[in-house]
Amino acid sequence: MKQPDSLKALITQLTAPSEEATSSDREQEEDTLYNFGFIDEDSKREVRRKLLKAVAIPGHLVPFASRDLPVAKGWGTGGLQITLALVKPDDTLKVIDQGDDDSVNAVNLRRFIQKTTNLQVTTDTLEATIVQTRHRVPEEPLGEDQILVLQVPMADPLRWVEPSIERSTEMHAEADYAPIWVYMYESVVRSGDVDISSQYPVMVEERYLMDTTPAPRYDVPALHMSKTLYLYGAGREKRIYAIPPYSRVAPLEFEDYPFKTEQKPGQACEKCGSTATYLTQHYIEAKSVDGTASHSATNGTEGYWAFFCSDTSYCNKRKKVI
Amino acid sequence: MGYVATKGGTEAVLKAEQLVEYFRLRGESEPIRIEQIQDQFRLAVDRAMGEGSLYAPALAALALKQSEGDAVEASFLLRAYRSTLPRLSYSLPTSGARMRAIRRISSTFKDIPGGQLLGPTRDYQPRLLNTLLNHESSQTVRRYLADFEAQVRQNSPSDGQVGYFPKVIESMRAQGIMAEAEKGAEEEEPFDVTRKAISFPAPRSVRLQILTRGDNGSLLAFAYSSIRGYGDVHPTLGEMRVGYLPVEVNHPLTGEVVEIGEILATECEMVSRVKSTNEAEEESSPKFGLGYGFSFGHGEDKAVSMAILDRVLSASKAGKLHGQSGPAANEEFVLLHVDAIEASGFTAHYKLPHYVTFQADIRVLERAKDHATAKSAESAEKHRRFRQKLALPTEADEVERIMPDNGEDEG
Repeated sequence: MKQPDSLKALITQLTAPSEEATSSDREQEEDTLYNFGFIDEDSKREVRRKLLKAVAIPGHLVPFASRDLPVAKGWGTGGLQITLALVKPDDTLKVIDQGDDDSVNAVNLRRFIQKTTNLQVTTDTLEATIVQTRHRVPEEPLGEDQILVLQVPMADPLRWVEPSIERSTEMHAEADYAPIWVYMYESVVRSGDVDISSQYPVMVEERYLMDTTPAPRYDVPALHMSKTLYLYGAGREKRIYAIPPYSRVAPLEFEDYPFKTEQKPGQACEKCGSTATYLTQHYIEAKSVDGTASHSATNGTEGYWAFFCSDTSYCNKRKKVI
Repeated sequence: MGYVATKGGTEAVLKAEQLVEYFRLRGESEPIRIEQIQDQFRLAVDRAMGEGSLYAPALAALALKQSEGDAVEASFLLRAYRSTLPRLSYSLPTSGARMRAIRRISSTFKDIPGGQLLGPTRDYQPRLLNTLLNHESSQTVRRYLADFEAQVRQNSPSDGQVGYFPKVIESMRAQGIMAEAEKGAEEEEPFDVTRKAISFPAPRSVRLQILTRGDNGSLLAFAYSSIRGYGDVHPTLGEMRVGYLPVEVNHPLTGEVVEIGEILATECEMVSRVKSTNEAEEESSPKFGLGYGFSFGHGEDKAVSMAILDRVLSASKAGKLHGQSGPAANEEFVLLHVDAIEASGFTAHYKLPHYVTFQADIRVLERAKDHATAKSAESAEKHRRFRQKLALPTEADEVERIMPDNGEDEG
């Protein structure tokens, strides 16, 4: 068997350490130490079984064992386990965080997946067979042959109103969602509208209340009747859930306080000019006369806050077309 | 053009990795050998094995070296490594009575069957910094060991059974003062929290596994809260023992019991009154209940804390109190928050980018601000109309009265 041998090898290495351990030695050691996709095959199978159950019961929270990974819990281990359990050597993977392929955590997760699978990676949403993401749904609509894997921190949409899992499980079973409606009503009274900014609760197939992960409200409509399979993984909370393709997904709303996204009319990305994408604010450093960035503008341009697309790959594509 | 590129994440990550290595090495002192950590940072190694849930002293020592001594980081490395190993077999149940003890104490009776054995403990040592350690050398170490071994040879008893003790709890059971173990629970195949999803209410085997993998500090804090004031359990240490336990499995082919090695472990049993909600039962036969604690290696605080929490949670469940007697008596609350890897991971995740959600937060904040402004304008208007209705002077009139010149423009 592969693993016990490598364990033995590692222990031998430890007890008789070679004086010069070079970094190439290290690479090799990593290659022989780990299984394809890091986690062992039995654990992968467990994840796949739970995924099937999740797809069969849209929006329902399915407990899974959740193995420890070399990535901190709360940093995407749920999504990661789904991806690792699903990938085949011929898959093409895209990993984003905040919509950005080059965000530090996306880099870290991609590096880990690549190291343990040697998979083809891409930044192009349309080229990927699996997209793993945190906090965003890509701007470009995904197709039937693609899978979106979302990293989930909290999993249970009732957590705000009922922290006990034992109790909230009963509430889901009985479709007892009154407390979340009261929560929303109270927020309307206090703040003039529903004050849930991200992680907006939705009803899936008119049965289960579901947490949309801390994606902005802007991304919620993309879940409804989508062509793509959405898989949600919460590693620390040990839960998996799913929205199968062409499922009805409806955000909670009141007749007189309809669901609204963050979109502001007239606001556009300063890079690609898009008015129909989710934008985040970025500070543009002041430029001094010689063109270098500086904190204070002596004679150059003032620093200011600009809006850019959070989906960097889509933004770059648009820029190229322009 | 004209924008500061947001590219560079990959490069930054790689550079950060180099910097970590640089900061670990820049002192240029002699590199620590794994063997030294294993020998001389014995308790740190044990803690990492416990929280890392992997009995592998050499790997734990490596993890400690790699993590520059950070206990949680070292446990994290072990946990991650553990995930790559298939579950080949489960060891057979063993009993603390089979432990070759190096330490064994009870605070229930001065004299217990087998006697008290203090063993290696700092408990009765004044905590004074030992400056002599500054000058420790291989020579002084050798001399100490030689002297100590000579002393041991002189005094060692000839009895081959040394180190094996009967359990204090068993003698208490014989006296009829201990409540019987839950029927059926002992025969039940234990739940494996690393392979199966847990749900609540959880069986006791789940509780014991999560507690023994738990963070030392968290267990200590929860147990302390319960005995200090947020709880009504008044435990006594029935027995604590530290020693070597045999690990046995069924031979995969012959099915025979085979001992495959031994582990150093700490076991603790706390006793406290079982307060039954059933009054008749309470009056007929009051008993002590048992709380069980276990940790890999030499980990006394952990074993004691775990035993207290096990007792508190058993009492709470038996009495259907669900945490009414303090946070430490709430099963979900304790079990879901004691894991070092989970707690540190999620707490640290706030260091990750939250640009997208924060932008969404800003929009909600703006909306709430507009609402507050509109509301205060509305109430000011109401106030003005009310004063008008009562023919009271308006605010503008007031200003006019106090500072007559001020109103010129309006007039």
